Amino acid sequence: MLRYAASRLVSLILSLVVASLVIFAVLEIIPGDAASFMLGMNAAPDTLAALREQLGLNGSLLSRYLVWVTGMLQGDFGTSYTYRTPVSELIAARMEVSVPLTLYALVLSTAIALPVGLLAAARQGKATDLAVMGTTQLGVAVPNFWFAMILVLIFAVNLRWLPSGGFPGWEKGIWVNVKALTLPAVALALPQASILARVMRSSVLETLTQDYVRTARAKGLNRTQAVLRHAFRNALIPVLTILGLQFSFLLAGAIIIENVFFLPGLGRLIFQGITQRDLIVVKSVVMLLVGAVILVNFLVDLAYALVDPRLRRRA
Amino acid sequence: MRTRWSLYLGAALAGLFALAALISLVWVPVPVEQLAIANKMKPVGTPGFLLGTDHFGRDILSMLMVGARTSIAVAILAVGIGIAFGVPLGLLAAARRGGLVDELVMRGNDLVFAFPSLVIAILITAVFGPSATNAIIAIGIFNIPVFARVTRGGALSLWTLDYIRAAEVAGKGQARISAEHILPNIANLLIVQGTIQFSLGILAEAGLSYVGLGAQPPIPSWGRMLAESQTMISMAPHLAILPGLAIVLTVLGLNLMGDGLRDLLDPRLRRAR
Amino acid sequence: MSLLSVENLSLSIHGTPILENVSFTMKAGEVFGLVGESGSGKSLTSFSVMGLLPEGAKVSGAAKLQGHDLLALTESQMCHVRGREIGMIFQEPMTALNPVQSIGDQVAETLVIHGAATRAEALRIARDKLNRVGLTEDRFPLSRFPHELSGGQRQRVCIAMAIALRPKLLIADEPTTALDVTTQAQILDLLKDLVAEEGMGLLLITHDLAVVAGVADEVAVMQQGRIVEQGPTEALFRTRAHDYTRRLFAASAHQPDRAATAGTEPLLSVDGVRRSYALPRAGFFGPQPRLEAVKGVSFTLHRGESLGLVGESGCGKSTLTRAILGLEPIQGGSITLCGEKIRAGAVPPAQRARMQVVFQDPYGSFNPRHKVGRLVAEPFHLAPIPPAGQRDRVAAALTEVGLKPSDAEKYIHEFSGGQRQRIAIARALIVRPELIILDEAVSALDVRVRAQILDLLADLQGRLGLSYLFISHDLHVVRAITDRVLVMKSGEIVEQGLTGAVFSAPRHSYTRQLIAATPVIPSDWTVSNDALV
Repeated sequence: MLRYAASRLVSLILSLVVASLVIFAVLEIIPGDAASFMLGMNAAPDTLAALREQLGLNGSLLSRYLVWVTGMLQGDFGTSYTYRTPVSELIAARMEVSVPLTLYALVLSTAIALPVGLLAAARQGKATDLAVMGTTQLGVAVPNFWFAMILVLIFAVNLRWLPSGGFPGWEKGIWVNVKALTLPAVALALPQASILARVMRSSVLETLTQDYVRTARAKGLNRTQAVLRHAFRNALIPVLTILGLQFSFLLAGAIIIENVFFLPGLGRLIFQGITQRDLIVVKSVVMLLVGAVILVNFLVDLAYALVDPRLRRRA
Repeated sequence: MRTRWSLYLGAALAGLFALAALISLVWVPVPVEQLAIANKMKPVGTPGFLLGTDHFGRDILSMLMVGARTSIAVAILAVGIGIAFGVPLGLLAAARRGGLVDELVMRGNDLVFAFPSLVIAILITAVFGPSATNAIIAIGIFNIPVFARVTRGGALSLWTLDYIRAAEVAGKGQARISAEHILPNIANLLIVQGTIQFSLGILAEAGLSYVGLGAQPPIPSWGRMLAESQTMISMAPHLAILPGLAIVLTVLGLNLMGDGLRDLLDPRLRRAR
Repeated sequence: MSLLSVENLSLSIHGTPILENVSFTMKAGEVFGLVGESGSGKSLTSFSVMGLLPEGAKVSGAAKLQGHDLLALTESQMCHVRGREIGMIFQEPMTALNPVQSIGDQVAETLVIHGAATRAEALRIARDKLNRVGLTEDRFPLSRFPHELSGGQRQRVCIAMAIALRPKLLIADEPTTALDVTTQAQILDLLKDLVAEEGMGLLLITHDLAVVAGVADEVAVMQQGRIVEQGPTEALFRTRAHDYTRRLFAASAHQPDRAATAGTEPLLSVDGVRRSYALPRAGFFGPQPRLEAVKGVSFTLHRGESLGLVGESGCGKSTLTRAILGLEPIQGGSITLCGEKIRAGAVPPAQRARMQVVFQDPYGSFNPRHKVGRLVAEPFHLAPIPPAGQRDRVAAALTEVGLKPSDAEKYIHEFSGGQRQRIAIARALIVRPELIILDEAVSALDVRVRAQILDLLADLQGRLGLSYLFISHDLHVVRAITDRVLVMKSGEIVEQGLTGAVFSAPRHSYTRQLIAATPVIPSDWTVSNDALV
């Protein structure tokens, strides 16, 4: 188990290094250099030179990369050109919105999808199953930001149950913020839950055809017991894979959803960064998002080993 | 029976939007460049403007038709990129299974999966500016590992079969075996995956143009129609509902078609779904 | 009173009749063998008794366990019978156990699910049962997972699971078919002992007459959903009243007529061949472990000879085959065909054309998208000739293996398993090779089809002067078709010699063990002069 975890850790670090190299390289192929890109064509030469100095553009390629990476490791993401504040402070403030939103949506999606998928599999071919399959087929087709707009139209504009957007901030108490994040989280979670429920269903049905389920039935387990005691845990293995991928979709979805609800999260930050050509902000946020996805996939790998004893002994 | 039903309904829905996109090349009810402030915000059912008009007085039906063109073109080209690069990579990885190429393809895949397509789009637009082309590239890059994985997985299971051994004993090389024996037998998988990626491409394009990273004005796109409608959602909900429905119905149609095709082409998968 | 009495059992699935009026009775403490070829309905008979039929199944008749009709029970009542009154084990031990649950938990579950014991007690009983089936505590603690066990050990776990509640009836559906012959002998012994000890009845389902001969007290022969003959094993085997039974016996002991074609000129020389694989590293910087699959094997195959290579699974015979075919590199020694060395990955077409192969699986051996004509013509890639000539040669090859030239226009799914093996032989013959490697080529076939293919092979060898390298785990088959035999174990050849000599007077202990483990029908039971192996 320890050896497996160590090998996953090594590959986690390698992935992070490669991802940082890719991001660094993409921003290096900007026509001209980052400073002239950020300031536009009519920049005064001395402003340009000052920015180049600040960005460390005068160093060699290698030293620029190392400065960037070592800075990040110490929590120093540079200073935003437009906000004139450390990027790390900007990110920290925005994460107070984005992280709870993503987790809220992930928990909601998993809590809905797994039981629903299991239920549909247990009632295969029956009315419950058909209803689940129909609803999820529709859910998969709905873009989350449009779903968000429809939710706003119904629950904020017409029923006035929940706010249509904005984020009061955690100092105003937990409840108002949970209310503010509920519609965005539901909009994010339901389309993802549709996918996850379908995967769960087909995965359970697949395991139900396995020989060991027949063995269990021959021991005297009824169909439900066979599903819960034998099929469920085996079915979780592919579901975990999808769950890992979904985190990255939720993260990307959150970036868009934040725009629908005017939430001051990382998504808003990155789009402001793009319009203001603030490459320091864009680069840092992208690295952070990618890093989060890689980290979650590492956690999924560890979860595999908990579910599947065959992995524990493998290096 | 259910299979055929889902295939036909799906094909009909997807075909309807494909047809609308094709017709828009030669004719639309009202040219979308035509701004007539006098006609602005007409409701659904107004004579001459079947689905109403937006805040610039543009005909919604016409915009939806041209928008279909944008969506479908972006999604098809993105699937094309995925197939053109992903399938050969997957075939190569399977032919040299366990080798360096296989390892590189798989690790490269993991890396691309760590960048959600939106993040790739953000990186690209941050550098090259937003455009439909960059949206195609961003979605297309994300399709490459998907097709590589599907191809590799399907090909790997075929490489263990004895008829591949027989072809080797008949002196055929890896490239020839891949083309003659592997590719035709995984074509079903690729067609089904292609349909799925097509529908995901439509969703991704809508998302990108919603946040302004897709096709730029004046080219109409469903995502931007939604973005523009957002501030007027309480006054004119149809501006938000109609483009959304267009997206949902197209994607639903493609997904149903994909399910139907999978059942039709591969009876073994029928029980699993 | 009888233990199990099946009366006029009929079964149809989605309207297709599967079983017709199957009736038999078995007593407690007895082994009842149900024999038949694939598709005869023997497995579905047992699933009917267990109430584990697929959807769309319709049964009629009765299956009475000590007088109570199981077919009349509801599903929830059947759940109380399964595991408690009737235990069952299956053919494929590799997939029969839940991979994510420990063996202790899986055995204990039988007790827990029937409320027969608390979890702690159940685990203690599970320990006893595992000990009983030969999995002792020191080597097989309850916390072991299935993937840590071999096929035979897993089958023992399945048996422990099935007998945990001391059921009255144990159903074993081809319990040893997936196992090696030495493991098979041990599992059969275990089952026999359990029947004697526990006084339960064993319904043994198998395709193998010799297995039944050694184990069963009573036997029933099934063909196409009916029981054609039944009775005490010895009496039934001696008289063979029914025509089908006679044909089955004749086929299983079939000895093809072989002309002596073996020459003395070496065709294939294998000299000190070693083959090892790199195993996954332990950690990123650990040393690369290697698995030695073939450890210095040497032999010579002469022109016109039929040479057998026998060994159990994992002995390295498949690896050796791929090396001879030039599909895998070797790490030492040399392989020479017709005086030319075989170099993996660089075999010239002319050399390839001298050596072709027939594989085991009649279903995986052909690209389903190509017509038979194209499939058979594939080796012309090695020695291209004009299309018209190819068509004639394909027609000739199909005729040679007993098919029609018009079959070239059909797709492979239109043919049965035996016909497919004929097509595979036609494909191997098409470039007129000197050596054909038969890699378990008849192992997947039913006995009667197997006998026909063996005849075909013997006939072709006589007419075309072919040489065979015949790889098999089945001693009967090797004895029937080869001149000389090699016995392989753990990557080494432990014994070689003339087939008759090796089988009648084996010198190596492993060969003796193999021969002793192979089930046979006692020779004094045979009435015909068929030489039984």
